[in-house]
Amino acid sequence: MTDPKTLSPPSLETHVAARDETFLDTNELVINMGPQHPATHGVLRVILRLDGEKVMGLECVIGYLHRGVEKIAENRTYTMFNPYVDRMDYVAAVSNGLGYCEAVEKLLSVEAPPRAQYIRVILTELNRIASHQIWLGTHALDIGAITPLFYTFRDREEILKIFEKYCGARLTTHAFRIGGLQYEAYDGFEKDVKNFISFFKPKIDEYEELLTTNRIWLERTKGVGVISGKDCIALGVTGPLLRASGVKWDIRKAQPYANYKNFDFEIPVGLNGDTYDRYIVRMVEMRQALRIIEQAVEGIPEGPIMAKIPKVLKPPVGEIYHSIEAPKGELGYFIVSDGSTQPYRVRVRPPSFVNLQALDQMCRGQLVADVIAVIGTIDIVLGEVDR
Amino acid sequence: MNEFMQYVQKYLDKDVTVSPGAFGNIPAGIFWATVYVLVVFAGVSLGVICMNWLERKILAHMQVRLGPMRVGPHGLLQPIADAVKLLIKEDIIPAEADAVVFWVAPFIVTLAAFTVFVVVPFGPAHAITDMNIGILFMLGVSSLSVLGIVTAGWASNSHYPLIGALRSSAQMVSYEVAMGLAVVSAILMTSLHGVGFFGVGGPTTSGTGTLSMIGIVQAQQEQQVWFIFKFFPLGLIAFAIFAIAMIAETNRAPFDLPEAESELTAGFHTEYSGFRWSLFFLAEYSAMMAVSSIAVTLWLGGWLRPFPNALGGHAWDLVFAFVPGLTFLFLAGMTFYNVRRMPQHPFFKIQTMGLAAFGATLGLTGLVLFIPPVRDRVGDIFWFVAKVAAFMYLYIWYRGTFPRYRFDQLMKVGWKVLLPIGLGVLILTAGVGIVGLEMAQHVAH
Repeated sequence: MTDPKTLSPPSLETHVAARDETFLDTNELVINMGPQHPATHGVLRVILRLDGEKVMGLECVIGYLHRGVEKIAENRTYTMFNPYVDRMDYVAAVSNGLGYCEAVEKLLSVEAPPRAQYIRVILTELNRIASHQIWLGTHALDIGAITPLFYTFRDREEILKIFEKYCGARLTTHAFRIGGLQYEAYDGFEKDVKNFISFFKPKIDEYEELLTTNRIWLERTKGVGVISGKDCIALGVTGPLLRASGVKWDIRKAQPYANYKNFDFEIPVGLNGDTYDRYIVRMVEMRQALRIIEQAVEGIPEGPIMAKIPKVLKPPVGEIYHSIEAPKGELGYFIVSDGSTQPYRVRVRPPSFVNLQALDQMCRGQLVADVIAVIGTIDIVLGEVDR
Repeated sequence: MNEFMQYVQKYLDKDVTVSPGAFGNIPAGIFWATVYVLVVFAGVSLGVICMNWLERKILAHMQVRLGPMRVGPHGLLQPIADAVKLLIKEDIIPAEADAVVFWVAPFIVTLAAFTVFVVVPFGPAHAITDMNIGILFMLGVSSLSVLGIVTAGWASNSHYPLIGALRSSAQMVSYEVAMGLAVVSAILMTSLHGVGFFGVGGPTTSGTGTLSMIGIVQAQQEQQVWFIFKFFPLGLIAFAIFAIAMIAETNRAPFDLPEAESELTAGFHTEYSGFRWSLFFLAEYSAMMAVSSIAVTLWLGGWLRPFPNALGGHAWDLVFAFVPGLTFLFLAGMTFYNVRRMPQHPFFKIQTMGLAAFGATLGLTGLVLFIPPVRDRVGDIFWFVAKVAAFMYLYIWYRGTFPRYRFDQLMKVGWKVLLPIGLGVLILTAGVGIVGLEMAQHVAH
């Protein structure tokens, strides 16, 4: 037997001393979960301290997917950096693009024309649904229900088809440009979106049928990973996690951006702040997103899709912070301009990274199986955590 | 030599009502028992191969995908390809593992899973042997597999397998209690000889119970009731307890915690690969079949055909005797329908021919099953296997539908729900049985 820390054989004294504890060894078990583990959603590494199956504490090790996106921004022009933001939260690329474009527009003091705003909202909300679908499928898979994964991916395909028809890409869409849109909506865009709405409404019921009242699902999610609204605010946790803990905070309502103030929709709020409430909040959010899309697609105005902006972007010296409600929470961009064509500094406030901090607090005292459920319910994308 | 042929002679004359193990402790008896062992072993292995393909296909179709489609027509040769892959894989024993125990563990599990089939009665004469403690033997041997799992987890000398093994042992031990109680209430029913649909009232015969697997089915035959319906709903509840406990016992979804892939990667067999891993796989599926056989024997009338009361008589017997052949012809028909649907491109020529050959084999088997001597001898095997197959489908269905229980919840279900209900059912069964018997005797006097 070798000492795992030093990789050297233990001395005789320690060996004899250890022998007495052989049968009543109550040491904590330290388990390394990840970075290659089926349920850590990519390359998250969690070091668990266990007492039997009870979690005494845990530590996240991140950075395996670090690509230095923020540093890259300093060497690219404002336009050139636009596609890079899609690679952060790659399951909600459209939201990332929207946040960045709006931040730069704010810096330039321009506003996208109404038609562009409407199409942006439609695509962003479609992407919110797609992101929540991935969350639902993988979350259910982690808890042991394999079938929802295939259902959600089947239906997400319809959203990706619309993206593909619109801009040619399915995942990292690069759908928006600073100042508006590059592409006019294709012929039949509105029809496709309307078809999707009528197609998807019964599908949400189908997901809920499999899970919402499933006894095992209830037992696995109720009272698991509870976090209070106060703790959420203290940790900076945002998005569905915050709302499930009873805080009605949605940037679409609180600090309306794009043209969300034109649409009628509701913010679902949970009561207990447990995994089940977060599940319900996200399911309702999908329905509300459909509502927004429905209104937006009815009201797309005619007009230009690009604001009048110069070919070479040289924002005035200054700094700007702009945040949007991404599917996972508050996605903010802090951009410092020194007046040149390239940003002096871009800082991204990613929801996944901040929300992941709550993992320790949510898991402490729970069981190993709950850690999996909680990682799923936080809904992280490692590309965004590590950037 | 005469003795050896005597059995065959008697078998063909339909005289044989005993299993070869009970044929006598003579060379001929041992010889025929050995033949049966080989046949059953081959049959179970074939069943595992079929289950491998069926599970992937059925699960795939539940999940809006196709499943294996490339190796052979409709992926029919996939299990063979998998088996070959597993056999030629590198055999890894981790450096830190306890090599001997690591080596032994899969054999314990496989042995336990296969030995159980010694007493499984596929028919009154179609069992390797008829032990008078058959059901006890079966429960005892099948719980040996937990030993293999614990040693596998321990010998791997790694955290995930260790937790998997601990979970597994706790789970199997606690569910065996509920399972045993359900079994006892079924055994009790063999001694409570009320005749009739619910097993209450009517003429009674003197009651002695039996632990023999064949005896249990014969008791259901004599009492003209499957035990699932006896003392309705007591039999049904006991059956339900067993049906839940047996899923936990075989570590299948939604109780597949020992190998919960999203938590423990692969649980107790994380460190196993290649042939040793395939032994665990083989053991898991044959254990599933074994516990299903217990359920079928105890509650679903074993080899007896369905509707013995409502559709009784020789005419119906004859009609049901055609079902095995018709089933195979139906399968052959489905296969030929799919042969028609195969793509016409020459690239698919061999696959189409292979599928047609498969269909022809099924059809020929169906035709053979119509020949009167064969028809009479395989009826019992067919019904037994069909009932077990229904359980196998349920296993797949559960896997496609349910999330996984958490460990403490699993224990709660076992100790706080199944165990008290099992005890209650046992007491009620005994009470109802005795009261019913008294009443019946009172009427008879």
